[in-house]
Amino acid sequence: MAGFDKVISSYEEALDGLEDNMTVIAGGFGLCGIPENLIKEIKRKGTKGLTIASNNAGVDGKGLGLLLEDQQIKKMIASYVGENALFMEQLLSGKLEVELTPQGTLAEKMRAGGAGIPAFFTATGYGTPVGEGKEVREFDGRHYILEEALKGDFSIAKAWKADRFGNLMFRKTARNFNPMAITAGKIAVVEVEEIVEVGMLDPDEIHLPGIYVNRLIQGTFAKDIEQRTVRASA
Amino acid sequence: MALTREQLAQRVAQEFQDGYYVNLGIGIPTLSANYIPKDMQVMLQSENGLLGMGQFPLEEEVDADLINAGKQTVTMVTGASIFNSAESFGMIRGGHVDLTVLGAFEVDCQGSIASYMIPGKLIKGMGGAMDLVAGADNIIVTMTHASKTGQSKLLSECTLPLTGKGCIKRVLTDLALMDIEGGKFILRERAPGVSTEEIANLTEGELVIPDNVPEMAV
Repeated sequence: MAGFDKVISSYEEALDGLEDNMTVIAGGFGLCGIPENLIKEIKRKGTKGLTIASNNAGVDGKGLGLLLEDQQIKKMIASYVGENALFMEQLLSGKLEVELTPQGTLAEKMRAGGAGIPAFFTATGYGTPVGEGKEVREFDGRHYILEEALKGDFSIAKAWKADRFGNLMFRKTARNFNPMAITAGKIAVVEVEEIVEVGMLDPDEIHLPGIYVNRLIQGTFAKDIEQRTVRASA
Repeated sequence: MALTREQLAQRVAQEFQDGYYVNLGIGIPTLSANYIPKDMQVMLQSENGLLGMGQFPLEEEVDADLINAGKQTVTMVTGASIFNSAESFGMIRGGHVDLTVLGAFEVDCQGSIASYMIPGKLIKGMGGAMDLVAGADNIIVTMTHASKTGQSKLLSECTLPLTGKGCIKRVLTDLALMDIEGGKFILRERAPGVSTEEIANLTEGELVIPDNVPEMAV
């Protein structure tokens, strides 16, 4: 690796240094825009006791659902964990801990983590189980709760296109949590569909600058669809 | 007669206005997109990062990178935009979305809503619902007035874990349209053929029945 070139050639190298009991922040929404090959590499490595922050926990046999099979996840921080029987089973039997976090709060916690903001006030969750035990402040007659930023030892994410410096472009709604997840990890690992030479991306069209990216790898993706919904042609 | 799902969606759509940015929850709220009047422009926000959600794709248009908040494949309308999840909730939390429509298990006359969890039974998570009810000013909750066993879902105090406290001002059920003001439900409209007595019997929270309660136009 030289200068700003972030490209690495193997998934093994991509997650070098990931150890048991670390915190990983993952991009994706449902199965859309998930770092599917990096998740498979965590499964192959067999890292255990992980705390994972991600909007969802995958589905049975797909995405983060794969890491439940060998009970690699100790704690899940997510906004929605339905559609996953194994997850429910491990949760109800106490093998897995879950911290349900409102979707916007989760995104903001990652953003704050990456932007050096230790905590922020939000109205979301005030007066609900989410707000229990959290500091409350009143601004302009409304109640807000203090939410702390989220940081990870690693972040794993997926983008569409990158140049070798790690400047990233995302595609359609596969963007979702990926940009914030990347900024919130000490070591940010990003897998992409295509890597181009530096200078080939228009600086005005880069969604996330390479400064946030530590390791970049090109992969091939299955891109599973959770709810294939179509209309009949007229 | 109690409103059908289609009629509920139709009544929701009467709240739309030209130029509105609208977030529709899963289920009946989503159905209401079918009833946007032809002469009106409404832009649908999907909280996973899309403003300008279109209809479901044709088989050949299916794109795994383009889904809605219910994880269904969708399309984009002309003039759509894409953004990340923090930006998406920035526009929700910042009060930029004109109307939010979502479902619930219970609503009480203090404006609190329970919609995400039934302890010991259902643990799925709140997704974006807590942010939506806290961030939007103009919210309509749609649900059935009572459970299948006839228990009122319009309560003096919610019994399930709250999604939001004191944030709901309008509820549409299969029997009635109500506003919430000063700790009371105010009956505004009733489903065609449904009497105010019937509504009162199935409303556990305090209900104010004005002299004239028109039938809904559905």
